[in-house]
Amino acid sequence: MSTTNDTHGKVDQATGVSTTGHEWDGISELNNPLPRWWLWVWYACIVWAIGYWILYPAWPLVSSATPGILGWHSRSAVAVQIADLNAIRSESAAKLTNASLEQIEQTPALLSLARAQGRVAFADNCAPCHGAGGGGATGFPNLNDDDWLWGGSLEQIQQTIEHGIRANDPDTRQGNMPAFGKDGILQKPEISAVADYVRTLSGIAKPGADYDKGKEVFASNCAACHGDDGKGNQEMGAPNLTDGIWLYGSDKATIEYGVINGRGNVMPSWHARLDPTTIKALTVYVHSLGGGR
Amino acid sequence: MTALSTKSQDKKAPVVVSGDDDIPLYEARRQIYPQSVHGRFRTIKWVLLGITLGIYYLLPFVRWDRGPDAPNQAVLIDFPARRFYFFFLEIWPQEFYYVAGLLILSALILFLMNAVAGRVWCGYLCPQTVWTDLFMAVERLIEGDRRERMIADAQPWSIDKFAHKTLKHSIWLLIAWWTGGAWVLYFADAPTLVVELATFQASAVAYMSIGVLTFTTYALAGHMREQVCTYMCPWPRIQAALTDEYALNVTYLYDRGEPRGSVKKAAVLREKGLPAGDCVDCGQCVAVCPTGVDIRQGLQLPCIQCGLCIDACNTVMHKIGRPGNLITYESEANLEARAAGKPFVQRILRPRTILYGVLIAFVSGLMLTALIGRSTEGLSAIHDRNPLFVRLSSGAIRNAYTIRLINKKLEERTFILSVEGVPDASLEVIGDNADGLTIGPDQTREVRVLVTTGDKLPPAASLPVTFRIRDKASGLSASVTDHFIGP
Repeated sequence: MSTTNDTHGKVDQATGVSTTGHEWDGISELNNPLPRWWLWVWYACIVWAIGYWILYPAWPLVSSATPGILGWHSRSAVAVQIADLNAIRSESAAKLTNASLEQIEQTPALLSLARAQGRVAFADNCAPCHGAGGGGATGFPNLNDDDWLWGGSLEQIQQTIEHGIRANDPDTRQGNMPAFGKDGILQKPEISAVADYVRTLSGIAKPGADYDKGKEVFASNCAACHGDDGKGNQEMGAPNLTDGIWLYGSDKATIEYGVINGRGNVMPSWHARLDPTTIKALTVYVHSLGGGR
Repeated sequence: MTALSTKSQDKKAPVVVSGDDDIPLYEARRQIYPQSVHGRFRTIKWVLLGITLGIYYLLPFVRWDRGPDAPNQAVLIDFPARRFYFFFLEIWPQEFYYVAGLLILSALILFLMNAVAGRVWCGYLCPQTVWTDLFMAVERLIEGDRRERMIADAQPWSIDKFAHKTLKHSIWLLIAWWTGGAWVLYFADAPTLVVELATFQASAVAYMSIGVLTFTTYALAGHMREQVCTYMCPWPRIQAALTDEYALNVTYLYDRGEPRGSVKKAAVLREKGLPAGDCVDCGQCVAVCPTGVDIRQGLQLPCIQCGLCIDACNTVMHKIGRPGNLITYESEANLEARAAGKPFVQRILRPRTILYGVLIAFVSGLMLTALIGRSTEGLSAIHDRNPLFVRLSSGAIRNAYTIRLINKKLEERTFILSVEGVPDASLEVIGDNADGLTIGPDQTREVRVLVTTGDKLPPAASLPVTFRIRDKASGLSASVTDHFIGP
């Protein structure tokens, strides 16, 4: 392969176009000249690029990059945008701050605003335990259903979010399921009997031979919190044992485990971590998931 | 500049020049001084220029009453509200397919025009051509016609020359600025924006858009001109691939014109019984050409086929008493047929024109059907992802959906939401009542909807479920189908 200049300007017979003088194995390059302004545009682009290098971060260094004399930084640009966004949001946030929970829920515009804010706050703070849509998990209540340990009204939900359950907060909700087995209050046969009895309350199991014994144990140990009929008590977070919803599970072994070891999951208090408006939005969001009373 | 390879050209062997000159790899632009011309095609171009620029500059000021809840500008692209208004039409962002359909239709019409009569778009309608024409008219008005401009440019700078140039560029910039100004008026209420622009209260985006368009208009129509068509625009390349020998093109009838020569020379030759063409080699066709081509060299890429050379040639032919249309709209097939002594060839109906016509009819029909059947209400449903279903304390199963209702009418409407497909299902709308969901004019509304079965579980894990909205007043309805998921 050779590049020679001796054919420069020669005219190609087939096309009538002159050649550049570049020739490879007898194949010569035609010279259809580029407009000169195109060349100038290219030079202008180079100048632009150099200007860009000087003004903006450009060349990578060992652990950073050349900063650029404008001091532009993507992180600070985002900070400005977030500040702008918060300024825009503060107007609508004020509406939520000033309205009562009931007013928010009854005004479609405020409801959708609270739900939108609540959804984000829920994803950031609540979803790790309660699931992305509040679906819950074993030991973590499903917030979509109509069964509430501590009450499902707007005020009750707000109270729970603000002060938590068994949390390190003077106003927190208190109520413990004692460890009847571990603390030696009940013996194994009694625990077995009461577990069988509890399963009959919601119709999962049919009354067996130990029904009467179980009923007796329940009446003297459990009814104080769960009620004589087993329908629970929201004042102390005692679950309703007669419905189809089980926080930990409805099989006998799980119930026995609860009676032996007790139950006492903790929900943190949020009033120190979230502002009141966010808690309001969260309250309305959780209430609107479907189970709110 | 290579010309399109056509058979008429192939007949002429290229002139071989000696290769000792240093031919540059970059070509400086050759200034073109188009001469003024009068005739049929020039008139057509003036009329089209008036119509197209008139529409462009004045359309934003046309009013169209839509009632109190919508803007009264006939054509408006409202980005903040995400609405596009075109007289009686109002398009939402999700209906962008109308715009896509319009673009497809435009492309097909362009192809059809090309198949029938070549670069009609380039020569008469393209904004580049229209604005360049306008800028050339200004140039002619201030600096005079071709000869005056050539002489002035060759002379050294003088106060007079400087004054003329300054005036020309000022008026160019004024037109360019007005062009940019008219553009932004399509994106906001025009009369309001004009006042805002004048009192420096308009947004920075408006001023920047005007600035950019002022620059592009001034640069492209004032300075770049034919360079845009020759080097920047893809259409000449595409149209060259789409054309065929039956398409009409502005063509020099070489069979009638050659050999060229002066009137006197032709008379002498004809007296001797020797062949003499009609072309007197006056060069008028080249002088009036806005892109500086010689049409007598055949079909070529820089030729935008504006037809001005036809006007120029006809003027000359009329003066010397020879028949006109030595340069005319002619197809290559007919040119060859005539040269070979065969009968006249014209095929408007060819596979490609029929195909384009059918496609245009099809797309237009499709768009028209979509437009007539366009519903003014709609809804979409998103099933909760987590949890997919909820078991209530009674044992019933509940699914939750986020439903967005759409009201495209410019009045407030109340809809009844109902659900079908799940036996004994009850429906609940959080914060409102399913029997009366009110949506403001031209708005959407998102509601959370709970569907709960009776005591019995659905037999399958997933049931199709249909949500339907019905306008209380008009009875118009829309529906969407999703799924009800059980354990």
